Amino acid sequence: MNAILAMIGRRLLMGLLTLFVISVVIFGATELLPGDLARELLGQSATEETLAALREQLGLNDPAPVRYWNWLTGVLQGDLGVSMATKKPISELVGTRLENTMFLALYAAAMSVPLSLMLGVLAALWRNSIFDRASNSLALTAISFPEFFVAYILILWLSQSGFFPSMVRITPATTFGDMLYMCFLPALTLTLVVTAHMMRMTRAAIINLLASPYIEMARLKGMAPLRVVLRHAVPNALAPIINVVALNLAYLITGVVVVEVVFVYPGLGQLMVDAVTNRDVPVVQAIALIFAAAYVLLNLIADVLSTISNPRLMHQR
Amino acid sequence: MNVIVFLAAALALFFVIGVAARAAMKTLAPAADKPTFRDMPLTASFGIAVILFYVLVAVFGPLLAPFGEGEVVGAQYLPWAAPHYLGTDKLGRDMLTRLIYGARNTVGIAFATTALAFVVGSILGIWAALAGGWLDQWTSRFVDALMAIPALIFSLLLLTIFGTSVLTLILVIAAVDATRVFRLARSVAQGIVVMDYIEAARLRGESNWRLIRREILPNAMAPLVAEFGLRFCFVFLSISALSFLGLGIKPPTADWGSMVRDNATLITFGDITPLLPAGAIALLTVAVNFVVDWQLHRASGLKE
Amino acid sequence: MEKKVLLAIKGLQIEGRSGDAWHPIVKGVDLTLHKGEVLGLIGESGAGKSTLGLAAMGFARDGCRISGGTIDFDGIDLRAASEAERRSLRGKRIAYVAQSAAASFNPAHRLVDQYCEAPVVHRVMAREKAEADAVELYRRMRLPNPEEIGFRYPHQVSGGQLQRAMTAMAMACRPELIIFDEPTTALDVTTQIEVLAAIRDIVRQFGTAAIYITHDLAVVAQMADRIKVLLRGSEVEEADTRKMLAEPREDYTKSLWAVRSFARPEQPPATGTPIVSVRNVTAGYGAINVLTDVSFDIHARRTVAVVGESGSGKSTTARVITGLLPPRKGEVLFNGKPLPPGFSARSRGELRQCQMIYQMADTALNPKLRLRELIGRPAEMYLGLKGKALDDRIRDLLSLIELEPDKFIDRLPGELSGGQKQRIGIARALAAEPQLIICDEVTSALDQIVQEGILKLLSRLQDELNLAYMFITHDLATVRSIADEVVVMQQGVVVERGPKAVLFAAPKEEYTNLLLSSVPEMDPDWLNRLLAARGEPA
Repeated sequence: MNAILAMIGRRLLMGLLTLFVISVVIFGATELLPGDLARELLGQSATEETLAALREQLGLNDPAPVRYWNWLTGVLQGDLGVSMATKKPISELVGTRLENTMFLALYAAAMSVPLSLMLGVLAALWRNSIFDRASNSLALTAISFPEFFVAYILILWLSQSGFFPSMVRITPATTFGDMLYMCFLPALTLTLVVTAHMMRMTRAAIINLLASPYIEMARLKGMAPLRVVLRHAVPNALAPIINVVALNLAYLITGVVVVEVVFVYPGLGQLMVDAVTNRDVPVVQAIALIFAAAYVLLNLIADVLSTISNPRLMHQR
Repeated sequence: MNVIVFLAAALALFFVIGVAARAAMKTLAPAADKPTFRDMPLTASFGIAVILFYVLVAVFGPLLAPFGEGEVVGAQYLPWAAPHYLGTDKLGRDMLTRLIYGARNTVGIAFATTALAFVVGSILGIWAALAGGWLDQWTSRFVDALMAIPALIFSLLLLTIFGTSVLTLILVIAAVDATRVFRLARSVAQGIVVMDYIEAARLRGESNWRLIRREILPNAMAPLVAEFGLRFCFVFLSISALSFLGLGIKPPTADWGSMVRDNATLITFGDITPLLPAGAIALLTVAVNFVVDWQLHRASGLKE
Repeated sequence: MEKKVLLAIKGLQIEGRSGDAWHPIVKGVDLTLHKGEVLGLIGESGAGKSTLGLAAMGFARDGCRISGGTIDFDGIDLRAASEAERRSLRGKRIAYVAQSAAASFNPAHRLVDQYCEAPVVHRVMAREKAEADAVELYRRMRLPNPEEIGFRYPHQVSGGQLQRAMTAMAMACRPELIIFDEPTTALDVTTQIEVLAAIRDIVRQFGTAAIYITHDLAVVAQMADRIKVLLRGSEVEEADTRKMLAEPREDYTKSLWAVRSFARPEQPPATGTPIVSVRNVTAGYGAINVLTDVSFDIHARRTVAVVGESGSGKSTTARVITGLLPPRKGEVLFNGKPLPPGFSARSRGELRQCQMIYQMADTALNPKLRLRELIGRPAEMYLGLKGKALDDRIRDLLSLIELEPDKFIDRLPGELSGGQKQRIGIARALAAEPQLIICDEVTSALDQIVQEGILKLLSRLQDELNLAYMFITHDLATVRSIADEVVVMQQGVVVERGPKAVLFAAPKEEYTNLLLSSVPEMDPDWLNRLLAARGEPA
């Protein structure tokens, strides 16, 4: 048991270290510019006064490590800085949008994870059958579609006929049921894309194991195919499957950006795209950090879960 | 019901192209390779046919296009009728012409980006696996940390800082993608480096450069080529997504992602014109994925 | 006394798929097994023994299919039966024991859970009864702590114990037939004895019929009532064990029996400075010492065999000599002069003098390079040969290893057989014109007749080129035929060393004696005698 705790501790430490490196990268990327950020943002024609004013506003006059330290301590206390475009505190801008994005991602995850695991197991069970081939081709096709293509097809198909709205408007009066209804199309778009990935990877993880001698042993003990897959293959495929799920939930984060723009959904992705268009560097940095943190957290959870699922680690000699 | 008719038509077209392409390749292939093509799945032959079609359109684009790339030829949003077979866009440019030019720009830029990412990523990855020790540990940890920032988000961050031009777009996406290539190349090379023949070559006193060139690369080619296809799809979709968000390739350059964005309003009126460039993106990605899938399947089958 | 026929296979044909073509694996074999009888199936790799064994359960591996003949198990036609009917037989009336127990136990479940699976699913007994039964069978298989061992996971149990636990698991439903597929091949010789004895006893106690598949004649001689010899999917001959051992009819069988006829002539005693001298070497990885105070010498024209079971440090010794693992203490002298500990610090001349031949020729030859480059590269590097001179040298080397130069020079390793690949490994070592060649289990992956060819070639080259060999092996038959001196290792320590004749005739150390006496002999009474001599129940 101690070995497990030690391992989890190590993973936590690694996660923190990764976050630290990420924060340095996100912050330090601006240092890669040949000139400084102020000149880059204002262009060559800017006067010295406006440049100086912007440098003052961005705090560019301090040396980089000092600025990084101020930024980091601020972030740790929940102060993400001030938006250049709107002059508002970023925490304020981010607040409800983060919740909205989380809602959309969870909605899509709730639909896609059970669906894809089931499809993946079935495809592995009936490998090389018509079902397997058709689902494989369909999944490949879905993976290949840009998110906005899927989104617009769904709009054309399900929204033009009046079944679901093509835009999401959230007001304080919106109920949870309304949210589920309004967000159905964006969530479905994400589900389609992510399910394809997850299903293929789940299938691959299980099929990878089906060549193992212990699977042949189970078949030679007269076990039925479903029992062989569920009792003998899946417990050993847990670690890869957990990682597949984590990877794809993290992928949802990326997908969310485009989908939010298509459906005019008031989430973080939409905010980020606006900020990139306006070159609102502090906002972009803050949101990138949030997304990256979510990604690291997901991987951390996956790591810990797959450690626990491994009998070799759980039951030491 | 339109949906069903459309799907049926698409499936029929898929089968016709697939069967025809397979027959053509079987006839043209040298005798030794004939079985390869005889047994290829329809998806793969369809994929190859589509890729060839795109390459032809990209190469001969200016000859095929009826109008100039940025030429305003009529009113905005004209319906599908001769001479504008696919209508016009919101500035009154010919849709078909811009689709054809888009093949050059979008595909060309994606290809250049992938190639760049590949050269950098695979050389560094193989080198790290061969060097081993703390050097390998530190580069890999750093790359892992970089990969913890989702690709699109990282690209957006870099584009904010460096501004959006085609050159920065290529460099930024290539840099982000090189991390993924690095990871794969390293793990492939690690599988090769533990082989006895590498140990034998090291004990012989071979230089690192020769080890990479003669001993590792020839054995790493197959997975790397398949990965090139997958990375191309990924880069292609990323660039399209960025263009769609208005942060990638800028007008007046014809580009499929921004064409969708520019004309998206039509969709709310039930007009499918903006879906054409999106479909063009999807079709090429599907084709590449089909071919890569076939290759991977073949490679894994040969091992058994 | 004529017993009832349990299994009758007639004209069985099995095909395997390679690419898109089907090629035959088993070509019309007949097999009859009576109740309570043990049949030994013997043959080299590719003979189709395992495929035939699985077919006795009505089972074909993925990529194989049963294409002709009949399989009749106690009146049930296994080919005509539905998959559900066949499933209801497997594990219940016909059971299977696989080669590698470590890989064939599911790592995710405890031993007893896997034991109980077949009895419970086949509704032979309830879970509680099955658990109690497991303890009883574990005891009969002479497993330590039979009450407790079932509650462990496979990775917590040693290989020999796992193999016995797997035999117990196969017995769970008291089947009428068990297929043993090379059950002791992956085990060390000293462990093999216990497993063989336990398997033989339990099969006799329950009167179970068995098909015992192996490539090791001496093993099958202990286990089987009758022996059937297979070659490339066809039967060569079949007879009662004693008759088969005493008077084999067919030439192929005779050649199998006679396989260790090769013996290198006795060499004069070693004199002068040894080529390699390992002096008090202690080495290891991390905090663990794999080798402790190892010393021995190798002289020109002599073969030193380093023997020991897995984990004894044989291969690590080779890594110290080649410089892949610098020792913590001690040194390696080459012609009396100390070698730099790490290979990267050694000069080209020093690297050239010591060449290596690997166990797995498949991984030792770069599959993408042609033989020309594989063999030519050392000659080019070390001796500066180019153009015509290099080409001539490559052809000479190919002739030396008895491969026709014109036919082979531009081939890829994938186009060669296992024995030919191993010959290329030898040619590559020779190309450097070394004084010492380290042979790491070079014959273990090969069939016996091919092994014989390789050993003869190595012996001839040794005389012609004045080579010194360090021969790492766990196979004492190989040691008997080729070694001049023997170094016995156990857990990183040299237990005993000396000239072959002396060491084999009168081993001083107990472990050497145990190791030597554990090698099965081709005498059906050998196991009984050995167990009696060791004071264990026969």
